[in-house]
Amino acid sequence: MAYVAVSGGKEAIEASIRLLDWYRGGTTLDLELEAIEKKLSLLVDRVMGEAGLYSPAYAALALKQCEGSVEEAVFLLRAYRSTLTRHYYTTAVETDAMRAVRRISAAFKDIVGGQMLGATYDYTHRLIDFGVGGESAQALYRRMQALLAVQSPEPVTPCPRVSDELKREGLIDILPENDEAPFDVTENLLEFPAPRSARLQTLARADTGFLSGLAYSALRGFGMVHPTVGELRTGYVELCVPYLFDSTQSIYIGEILMTEVECLTEADDQGKLKLALGYGAVFGRNENKAIAMAVVDRELSHKGDYPAQNEEFVLTHGDSLEMNGFLSHLKLPHYVTFQSKLDAVRKTRRERR
Amino acid sequence: MNPNYNFAFLDEGSKREIRRATLKAVAIPGYQVPFGSRELPIGRGWGTGGIQLTLSLIGPDDVLKVIDQGSDESVNAVNIKKFVALCTDVKTTTHTREATLIQTRHRIPEVPMTNDQILVLQVPIPEPLRVVETREELTKRMHAEKDYAPMWLQLYESLIRYGRVTISTEYPCMVEDRYLLNPSPIPRFDTPKLYDAECLYLFGAGREKKIYAIPPHTKVSPLAFDDVPFQRETFPGKRCRLCGSADTYLDEMFDSATGERFYQCSDTSYCQEMRAR
Repeated sequence: MAYVAVSGGKEAIEASIRLLDWYRGGTTLDLELEAIEKKLSLLVDRVMGEAGLYSPAYAALALKQCEGSVEEAVFLLRAYRSTLTRHYYTTAVETDAMRAVRRISAAFKDIVGGQMLGATYDYTHRLIDFGVGGESAQALYRRMQALLAVQSPEPVTPCPRVSDELKREGLIDILPENDEAPFDVTENLLEFPAPRSARLQTLARADTGFLSGLAYSALRGFGMVHPTVGELRTGYVELCVPYLFDSTQSIYIGEILMTEVECLTEADDQGKLKLALGYGAVFGRNENKAIAMAVVDRELSHKGDYPAQNEEFVLTHGDSLEMNGFLSHLKLPHYVTFQSKLDAVRKTRRERR
Repeated sequence: MNPNYNFAFLDEGSKREIRRATLKAVAIPGYQVPFGSRELPIGRGWGTGGIQLTLSLIGPDDVLKVIDQGSDESVNAVNIKKFVALCTDVKTTTHTREATLIQTRHRIPEVPMTNDQILVLQVPIPEPLRVVETREELTKRMHAEKDYAPMWLQLYESLIRYGRVTISTEYPCMVEDRYLLNPSPIPRFDTPKLYDAECLYLFGAGREKKIYAIPPHTKVSPLAFDDVPFQRETFPGKRCRLCGSADTYLDEMFDSATGERFYQCSDTSYCQEMRAR
């Protein structure tokens, strides 16, 4: 009999996993972890953001292990996180004190603290630079180190947000400080209507492409149309955890690189207009995702009939692990369920003939 | 077992949390209990709800059986067994009677289960009302108010349009006349096995973060009108070409060389046992 009904699964899986190494082993050149971490940092940032785990070294390792697939790398980091106990929650991060490496406003030319263009591909011509193909890594590294050596460090001066100014002017609502403990989406089922903390966490971990597409739909007319980026800042912020023996004290545990965006749209204020904020914050330098997050946050606060304004639609369909997991399960055998569908289809045809 | 990982992978706190949700599910048959679903090294949508139940329940003395669409040898079943072996030293079996814990995707074994066994079912969409209402906020309220009218209406519409109820798998069931439950995509053939069973049925949906249960001896009735009884899939005139059974769920197959159509038991372990007799 030629047919072997789904047996030999074990051998097939082992052979399949061996074949993966074939794809990773196509050259004798190695992909150093340090090189992935330092030279593919935007990819590393994206993976860390979607995984919700800040670890450039592990993100680089995950990328190396899975041929650079974003969703597989996110998967590896998430699964690893499940084996760790959560010991602490950090105290709220004050981004005013960010050691900024980039800060721009599309709303005002002059802002308190000043604009700083920093590193961006925005103003490059997207022409393939054939010189990069043959560049010397050592020479590049030495050139950058030499540049750094002649700089003198500047003290970090805390910088208010552009929105603070508008709040003082009464154009944006000033809401009381909300010191409620945030809803932890990694340990609870998201329920609707979702608290804003749950919304922001979910958006921050969302798939970059999903969030960008949603925000784009809002800009194109399936939403409130064209917000203004009040401010985008990228830089290093300090993380602290509460000191167990004295609640007034906290312990510094390190710093992370992040991007924060506030976008502004007009909102109704009983016959007048006011401005309302959308907020985005992501790991690393994933700027478009931070902007998309701010746009979608605002759309969700506004509510309405468009997809980007539908809380359940937005918050339940953007997780990389969930979407890719469910899509890929379609490859599993469905012999029993398909047989049942066949039974249902055939019977209606037989009876109606 | 890989000594770098905790017994049954998850940290003890997470396992305890899952067991608490499970106890609540057993206490309220058919009610979907939310839980903080953990991410596993296996794809979401590949049985992670079932696996989390299995991991939270399994002890060193358990004997585990894993089946996928009836088969012990299917790639997904093999893969899940391999994962459990990575983080426990638990014995596995293909014989339904030997197992204390059985994880399954979309089948209930042909051999009746006993009161010292647990069947863990993997669930893609736990919400039976999702087909009539997409918003969880509303379906939750519908369950609270026992408002299942839209579901009855769907059944009725199907009857009018096709002359019969055309739901294939995932046939909605009322549990103890209170909660409407999605029995996971088991075929209708298996649905009656949920009624007044000896064993505990646990349902885990990892991606959707829900756990629910049918405890032993629970009344589970598929939705049906008085004059249009619930019907299972039938295989008139067909029998398994290997063991000759005519009372099991059959997979339809085609010979890869001749294209000839034949039938075979979907429950591969039952089929082997019948042949060994």
